[in-house]
Amino acid sequence: MAIAAFALKGLTPVSWAEPLAHKTKLPNGLTLIVAERNQLPTVHIQVTFGAGSTQVPANLAGLANLTAELLLQGTQRREAAEIRRAIESVGGSISANAESDYAQIHLAILKKDLALGLDILSDVLLNPIFSQQEMDRKVAQLKARLKRLEEEPKQVAQLAFARKLFGAHPYSLPPLGSLTGLSSISREDILRFYNSYYRPNNGTVIIVGRVSLEEMVSLFKSSLKGWEPGPSSKITHQAPPVLQSPVIEKIDRPITQANIIWGHQGIARSNPDFYALQVMNYILGGGGFVSRLMDTIRDNLGLTYGIYSFFDAREYPGAFQIALETKNENANQALSETLKEMRRFLEKGVSKTELEEAKAYLTGSFPFRMDTNAKLVRLLGAMEIYGLGMDFPQQYPRLINQVTAKEVLRVARAYLQPEKFLLVVVGNQQEIQLKERW
Amino acid sequence: MNRICLIVLFISLVFFLLGSVSRLQAAQREEVFEARLANGLQVLLLPDRKAAVVTIQVWYKVGSRNEPYGQSGLAHLTEHLMFRGTEKVGPKQYSRTIQKYGGQDNAFTSRDHTVYFENLASDHLMVALELEADRMTALKVDEEKFSTEKKVVQEERRLRVKDDPSATLFEEVVSTAFKSHPYRWPVTGWMEDLERLRREDFLAFYRTYYQPANAVLVVVGDIEKETVLPLIKKTFGRVPQGPPLPVSEFKESPQEADKRITLHRREAQLPYVLLAYHVPSFPHPDAFALEVMSQILAGGKSSRLVQKMVYQEQKALDVGADYPFLSRDPFLFFFYAQAMPGQSPEQIEARLYQELEEWKKSPPTQEEIKKAKNQIEAGFIFSQDSIFNRGKILGKYQSLGTWKGLEEYLSGIRKVSREDLLRVYQTYIEGKKKTIGILIPGGSVQEKGLSGEKSSK
Repeated sequence: MAIAAFALKGLTPVSWAEPLAHKTKLPNGLTLIVAERNQLPTVHIQVTFGAGSTQVPANLAGLANLTAELLLQGTQRREAAEIRRAIESVGGSISANAESDYAQIHLAILKKDLALGLDILSDVLLNPIFSQQEMDRKVAQLKARLKRLEEEPKQVAQLAFARKLFGAHPYSLPPLGSLTGLSSISREDILRFYNSYYRPNNGTVIIVGRVSLEEMVSLFKSSLKGWEPGPSSKITHQAPPVLQSPVIEKIDRPITQANIIWGHQGIARSNPDFYALQVMNYILGGGGFVSRLMDTIRDNLGLTYGIYSFFDAREYPGAFQIALETKNENANQALSETLKEMRRFLEKGVSKTELEEAKAYLTGSFPFRMDTNAKLVRLLGAMEIYGLGMDFPQQYPRLINQVTAKEVLRVARAYLQPEKFLLVVVGNQQEIQLKERW
Repeated sequence: MNRICLIVLFISLVFFLLGSVSRLQAAQREEVFEARLANGLQVLLLPDRKAAVVTIQVWYKVGSRNEPYGQSGLAHLTEHLMFRGTEKVGPKQYSRTIQKYGGQDNAFTSRDHTVYFENLASDHLMVALELEADRMTALKVDEEKFSTEKKVVQEERRLRVKDDPSATLFEEVVSTAFKSHPYRWPVTGWMEDLERLRREDFLAFYRTYYQPANAVLVVVGDIEKETVLPLIKKTFGRVPQGPPLPVSEFKESPQEADKRITLHRREAQLPYVLLAYHVPSFPHPDAFALEVMSQILAGGKSSRLVQKMVYQEQKALDVGADYPFLSRDPFLFFFYAQAMPGQSPEQIEARLYQELEEWKKSPPTQEEIKKAKNQIEAGFIFSQDSIFNRGKILGKYQSLGTWKGLEEYLSGIRKVSREDLLRVYQTYIEGKKKTIGILIPGGSVQEKGLSGEKSSK
């Protein structure tokens, strides 16, 4: 009890009573969210579009990210090098990429250079030319990045896990795409994608810094003049397939550790059990050094440097994963101890202390999700993308605090699937000698 | 004995950002409050009331550089053991205590220091102070916990270095570049050294270096010095004074020859080339010019190396020029490039040299210099966004000398001239002995599975 009360006290930031940010819509449909923060002479801007890799057909995997990255590679007024030089000359930075559920552009600039920043931002949004030459450059680079991922055992395991788990769903590939996808994309595909998705009514601008809503509305109205809304092009998908039996994927690499991912389908961000699962997962393997998995596998047994479990809650159900690395020879032992912890959890649930501490952390740590302007931009972005509402920070403590031990056990039993899992192990298979049954 | 004598200094730290107050309209004025307890602990307090949170950082002036020969990894292992409990606090209580107040705690070790931190709501500051003051001298680690934690750090080494070809190359280059200085061994330690470390080695190390006179306590955030200082006295003031600190002074002899190492790794995918030159660090006056040089060469996408090698020529996937501005002893200026597919390591290496020579053939223009300075200054302003970062910057300067060095940073950067940039090139790079590391990918892995497409077995 005392703990929960303390944590709630800790939650109160200086200006808690005031809204976190102001939101409005421009006549062309663009959503504008502004959080005035005056401590530093800086402005962080994030523009997001519903233009992630879920909006792309499988044969063009990589199109969403390629389009986003190419926004910065030349406009009618500025060559690619000129865009970079202009922003960096005043110490700013600009980047663009796509994730599975959205695409985003980030701009960070000193307040005194905001006019320049907005001029460039509106230019890359409205007038990108997607030249064939820049496209070829970018495709070669993205292919090399995919190749580079093959060098990182963790990435190899993640790529294999997604491929096996999500089947035909776009979540099966990373936003970077695939080699064949990148090879198949034409300039026309990019122009079509850009024209359909990069529309004001499909976008949100989030601004945090030494600015006011009124100031930003008038600046954006003038700098984005001529940007017309378009019809919605949103593609929807079936939910990803659910595993029917255990699947084991072994990938041989000449390395010293087994990189293990055990898991299955998780939940969508809109699932109302999200909050109960956050509490559940904190206790199981999401709570860092405090979690049961870390306590057993690392602290008591010394089998790993880190073990984590998490629900990747996105627009569609993402994965639930437990991930760890251990010396090849210890793979079987580490995995069997891990699964033992999970079964114990499913049998006995959680103690009152564990529950209270989990809730205290989840609510009490919320201020750290917005204690810098850079973090606040990301939080506001996630709130908007997943429709959490502008009062999400105020609602969050209630959503967490209403979770009971019974709820935790219920969601654990509903969402953890010890019999229908996907197990990916990357490492030296000769040394690992992975058991066939789990 | 426990009486506290405070030497209180009030210093006003004024940054005139971008050198032009009128243009920026505002200067950022900050007050760092400095104190020293009777037991020798240095204290730095900096109020920043953006949010009701605080960062508490204890900087111990001990890192891998202080490890006895043959005991590499000891400083880092000690960092891990600091979470294993004291007489008063149970072994699993650190993160549990901090997290139940919504905070986060962790630690890190480098060549020069070991740092423990808690970020939490400012009204729970005392909890962190108590934990940190207690474990400064009261650690209790039995044989079993010692050997379990040794296994954990060995797993960490496998994860971070052994199975990462470019990290392995980096270690090999550093250990080749230094002949006698302890910088030659890695922070995570050699596996064989880790294997042989005993509990007694840890205890001796801990008792020597973990003491108030060898530490800096930094608190940044939503604080009032009038209320925080008594709390610090109440907690850290009780920590007994330690034994005299050993003097650890090292001086590396000049490198007499170019040294080259070649690392073949089957799982590597793309060649990687790493060049290392010996350079001085701050407060050496040349540090500022070297910092600007690294910015012009590889800071941002419009920098020389990135613009040419990554963008125009598409020879590299990634390039960099890393200069350690802050280091206790002189360290290394690194230039590196990861090749694009189809580029040989020889081509990449030659291209890097060519670009370094270019420094003299077409010296940095006024525009390049101005851009680099603006990037550094703006980067400094952006780094103020996070109280954790602000604490880190103060702690790092203080543990290497004095935080007031920070005041010289931007003014030193602003003064760098074209002549300075040419001079440091001639002094430390041109024709100087260097260490070259080449990573050569090889084997069958390459052809097997490519990302996201074929499944391999």
